[in-house]
Amino acid sequence: MKLKVILVIFCFVIAATVITSCQDEGQLTFKRYYSTGQSVYQNHCQNCHGAQGEGLGALIPPLTDSSYLKTNLHQLPCFIKNGVMGNIIVNGKPYSQAMPPAQLTSIEIAEVITFVGNSFGNKIGLVDADMISEDLGKCN
Amino acid sequence: MRKLIWAISGIMFLAACNTGNSTKTLPIFGERTPVTKTVDGKPVTDTLYQTIPPFKFVNQYGDTISNKNLDGKIYVADFFFTSCPSICPIMQRNMLLVYNEFKSDPNVKILSHTIDPKHDSVPVLKDYADKLGIQGNSWWLLYGQKEEIYQLAEKHYLTRVNDGKDGLIHEGWFLLVDKQKRIRGSYDGTIPEQVKQLIADMHTLQLEK
Repeated sequence: MKLKVILVIFCFVIAATVITSCQDEGQLTFKRYYSTGQSVYQNHCQNCHGAQGEGLGALIPPLTDSSYLKTNLHQLPCFIKNGVMGNIIVNGKPYSQAMPPAQLTSIEIAEVITFVGNSFGNKIGLVDADMISEDLGKCN
Repeated sequence: MRKLIWAISGIMFLAACNTGNSTKTLPIFGERTPVTKTVDGKPVTDTLYQTIPPFKFVNQYGDTISNKNLDGKIYVADFFFTSCPSICPIMQRNMLLVYNEFKSDPNVKILSHTIDPKHDSVPVLKDYADKLGIQGNSWWLLYGQKEEIYQLAEKHYLTRVNDGKDGLIHEGWFLLVDKQKRIRGSYDGTIPEQVKQLIADMHTLQLEK
């Protein structure tokens, strides 16, 4: 009887450890992506989009429109890699200034989207590099 | 007693700071030539400072703007182009701080010269100004011949920061010019602290006659 109780507790502890360590690993990946993404952002995006993702007047769109980011999540890698020409609507306002392409790898794109997607009031969670590679394969 | 000493030294310290501020004058940049004139039969030596020479450009409204429009005014000059993806947005973001501080003062102007007149026509400049959210006549986006703009920039505005390098025109300098068209300061328009200093210096310069 006593042995059974100990066994149950033991299993429970093992399970709990496994679950928490998995979570920790997810958390760690997220933190790693986020902090590298921040420096990618500072080097490649911040000049135009601003330190708070505020954009610039009606010239450069802000990065604070969470629903835009969610709706266009699978387009964003192409935007970053190839640039954007023509009109887009962000926060209900049109923007027509061209965005130049950025020389970034899939992993850097994943990192910077993870950073932007979880800053400036956005909360889209981790965006991993595999998904980015897949999305990049479908760019027009 | 001790408290009294502290209080007195504190007051003295503050007073020292205050006088330091109120008597502050900005340096005058550029070449200077001594000129000797005869006044009432006596020779008097005066100093002639380098000034920004006459110019004529067109602003975003299609109006001609010359040096005469700036008589008795202080102004900030910079160089940009509307399709510039690198440092220009930071410069504009920072220049907006200057604009917002002085937009209601008719004696303070901002002159942004495009260095890409081939693309930046007057309507393009107007569209850019609208999108930047600037109105009225305190911030002019100026169109002119490329050679003229480069000449003015490199021979006059940027001599203060020019240490023999080319390409300074692309580096985002803000130049402060006084009522006599002399350069009184140069600031890196991409660094917020320097732009803060520019705004402080503009308040100082406004007080000069």
